Amino acid sequence: MPAPVQTRVIFKHIDEPGYTNDLGCYLRHGGYETLKKSVARPPADLIEEVKKSGLRGRGGAGFPCGVKWSLVDRKSGKPIYLIVNADESEPGTFKDRYIMHQDPHQLIEGTIISCFANNVKQAYIYIRGEMPEGARILEKAIAEARAANLVGPNILGTGYSCEIYVHRGAGAYICGEETGLIESLEGKRANPRIKPPYFPAVLGLYQCPTIVNNVETLCQVKHIADIGGEAYAKTGTPGNTGTRIFCVSGHVQRPGYYEFPAGTITMGQLLNEVCGGPLPGRTFKAVIPGGSSAKVLRFGERYKGKRKVGADMVDYDWGVEDVPMDFDSLAMIGSMGGSGGVIVMDDSVNMVEALANINAFYQHESCGQCTPCREGSLWMKKISSRMVHGDARKEDAALLKSVADQIPGRTICAFGEACSWPTQSFLIKFKDEFEGYAEAKKALPADRLSLV
Amino acid sequence: MIAAPKPDLVTVNIDGVDIAVPKGTNVIEAAKQLQKDVPHYCYHPKLTVAGNCRMCMVEMGMPAVDPATKAPVMDAATGKQKINWIPRPQIGCGTTVAPGMHIKTSSPMVKDAREGVMEFLLVNHPLDCPICDQAGECKLQEQATGYGRGYSRFIEEKNVKPKRTQLGPRVTLDDERCILCSRCVRFSKEIAQDDVLGFVDRGSYSTLTCHPGKKLENNYSLNTVDICPVGALTSTDFRFKMRVWFLKQTNTIDIESSAGVNAVIWSREGVIYRLTPRRNDEVNDTWMADSGRLLYKQVAAPDRLAAVIVNGAASSLDIALNAAAELLKSGSVAIVGSGRASVEEQFLLKNLADQLGVNASLVARTGQGDKLLISSDRNPNVRGALVTGLVSALPAAQLAQLAADIDSGKVKTVLSHGEDLAAAGLTAAQLAKVAIIYLGTHANATSAAAKVVLPTLHTFEKAGTFVNQQFRIQKFAAAVPGPQGSSNDLVVLAKLLGPAAPASDVHGLWPALAAAVPALATMLYKNIPETGLLLDSTPWAGLPFVEGESLKYKPAAAA
Repeated sequence: MPAPVQTRVIFKHIDEPGYTNDLGCYLRHGGYETLKKSVARPPADLIEEVKKSGLRGRGGAGFPCGVKWSLVDRKSGKPIYLIVNADESEPGTFKDRYIMHQDPHQLIEGTIISCFANNVKQAYIYIRGEMPEGARILEKAIAEARAANLVGPNILGTGYSCEIYVHRGAGAYICGEETGLIESLEGKRANPRIKPPYFPAVLGLYQCPTIVNNVETLCQVKHIADIGGEAYAKTGTPGNTGTRIFCVSGHVQRPGYYEFPAGTITMGQLLNEVCGGPLPGRTFKAVIPGGSSAKVLRFGERYKGKRKVGADMVDYDWGVEDVPMDFDSLAMIGSMGGSGGVIVMDDSVNMVEALANINAFYQHESCGQCTPCREGSLWMKKISSRMVHGDARKEDAALLKSVADQIPGRTICAFGEACSWPTQSFLIKFKDEFEGYAEAKKALPADRLSLV
Repeated sequence: MIAAPKPDLVTVNIDGVDIAVPKGTNVIEAAKQLQKDVPHYCYHPKLTVAGNCRMCMVEMGMPAVDPATKAPVMDAATGKQKINWIPRPQIGCGTTVAPGMHIKTSSPMVKDAREGVMEFLLVNHPLDCPICDQAGECKLQEQATGYGRGYSRFIEEKNVKPKRTQLGPRVTLDDERCILCSRCVRFSKEIAQDDVLGFVDRGSYSTLTCHPGKKLENNYSLNTVDICPVGALTSTDFRFKMRVWFLKQTNTIDIESSAGVNAVIWSREGVIYRLTPRRNDEVNDTWMADSGRLLYKQVAAPDRLAAVIVNGAASSLDIALNAAAELLKSGSVAIVGSGRASVEEQFLLKNLADQLGVNASLVARTGQGDKLLISSDRNPNVRGALVTGLVSALPAAQLAQLAADIDSGKVKTVLSHGEDLAAAGLTAAQLAKVAIIYLGTHANATSAAAKVVLPTLHTFEKAGTFVNQQFRIQKFAAAVPGPQGSSNDLVVLAKLLGPAAPASDVHGLWPALAAAVPALATMLYKNIPETGLLLDSTPWAGLPFVEGESLKYKPAAAA
């Protein structure tokens, strides 16, 4: 069976031979034509197109972009800010980086269109601190666009002005949480804010209404403005429109990024046909479908239930391979589409050691502001590290799960979920492996650990 | 039937009980009105809401309405409107009441959440209560007992953080005890306006510290110790001195200025160990300046007067009182009262002045106000002297008239109630020229030059009232006995007055005080609430008071 064919919209020119990230190349490929079209339209029309498109945010939560825009307080009289969340930090996710490195003008065009639609006069691209190259490229691209009157005062002679500033992040995962990002952009420690009252749409950057969108989301907006919301909604499946970029990493033959219409490809097709299947002699053991904070799925498990297809409820009985790669299907089986970072683990992986690695990451990235996440993430890390590097006990499995259960839903931001879901899901799906680790460890070579 | 709430009230249901609370109240405060404890660490009623400790989580629900018709959805079983409970707990501090809001403060979900938070707070806490100053008044101890599981599942190594950090001259920090509630950070920024504290590092390794090159040395730094819910911030002065449960608490008033900050004296067996602020939302909220707290050291200062002295030799109280009475009888007397004396003492002194047919003067003591809780008038009770009629004008810092009268020979005897005449501008020669009767607590040039020295009590050793800058009369009580040899000012003044004295104790004096002083009419000492009573200040409205605007005081608009 031939591998499903990619539909590259956002990644159309990524890795295309001869395609460069300068303005000239972008213009030769039809760049900024959508912007020219868009600034001639009433801004409300553009918002309407985005609503019709059903576009869901590509940062991880999958929140409908049109709804996000409609929540913005437009009556306060305060300026509205737009922030491009380019703090791509979720382990396993590497899509925004390629857009910024190879096609920065696509992002700038999408940003300006979104700013125009929302009457934003000032936008910030908050780029992850570890991406200095991306920041340099964006600075250069913005300068080119400004010189061409595509950014800055009186864009294309329309009288509409909008500035874009690049702000380099502070080198922390939590800077990608939208309110943490806003704090960081204001020059403070990236401690996420409590909601209520600090919803960005009302009290965001400098206490003004603020829209925070992911890089890919804004590129999708450019595409929606180009072809129209209804046409866009025809790609993908209802509720999961447009294309999704999957960043496949780990134990497959051909890891990398792949763009498909959302929901039209299953996990099995993605891993076996697109990515070439497991490494020789190995079998798939587990997969994390949406960045490392998403709940792990275990190969060989069956997921049963009812789902809505059109107007009907139909039964489904899926193995991991059968799950369509869209937000809703992945949520139905207890995980999430998240940021599209698909992390594959084969039978060579010890799940205890894998979790120890994940826990070490989240512990290091907890901002430390609120108690459950701050103490829980470190405690989980201490337990899993001890299991791997010191004495493992059988009861550690139950303890880890119990500690993780005390975190989600009780924290200021979603990091509580992000740090506890891996532990919760690993312990549910691989409980036997955790309980038996103390025994299993005795048979493992002492120098095996290259992980943590 | 519940009466319809006033327009500015919101009715909420907490654990099945309806209560109307003012709009904008949060769930912690609303529950408090029903005597329901919602445990918390980071929330402080006088600071902004941080919502970071997650201890105050409650279960919250709102009445269900049909999304289409907006009609209430009724619950067939109870006949009441259905409540949509939010499936995850909400923080009480950050949740503002809304009409019809339902709250559960002790449901299984809430209990589980609290137990989780308590366990998390303790895993990296050193649990060194036996050597911790906070023990006995520690929120972590109290709430671990009240809301924790009571056992530990933590077998890992605890985090190591700096111990004994000197944040400033008066505050010592133990970072391992810190639960990162950020109360001190917010206090420094919002109240003290001295943004020097912050966290470095992240996650559980977050560490409270001063910004590089800065110190926590503002005059309100000790408030961070008060509001620290655990033993992380401790007073360098009080550290390791005494277990708090041994200490007796006595209400007092800060004596350093006319702001009249409410305070508590903590003492044991006649020794004062510390002063802390006492909440009074009309005067000082929950704050107090560091400088006022350290004034308890005056009580046991080495220059404290304890011996009755007549003509330079130790004597007895009766001999000294007779000597003083003789001096007063001989005429040509001047009386110097004090803005540091209580209303009751000023009243007796006024009676004495009237008896002798002389006017009394006061010594002004002024300084820069700090716009918070130290006013420009550094006497706590100048207004008391106005109210009792001891003086009718605001005092000057120098006793120029008295100096002239001494030079001209018009005054031959001076009775000073606690005021150092040398500090008020009199020369040694002038002091030598007159016979001085000195009632006071500490040795100074005047006590050295006095013919009769009558040691009296410090404010913390006696009861009385002060009238602060707002014309609020506030009472204070005796915390510790005075040194041997000292006498209560009221007793000494009453003896000097002789049979005309109405009484020689605070309670006994008040009927006469209320009868004689119009502003205090119908009042009694025992009826003055702990938060004080505002007096009618119109008779003194035209006086040019020196105080500028501060936390709870606005001067009358300049005419």
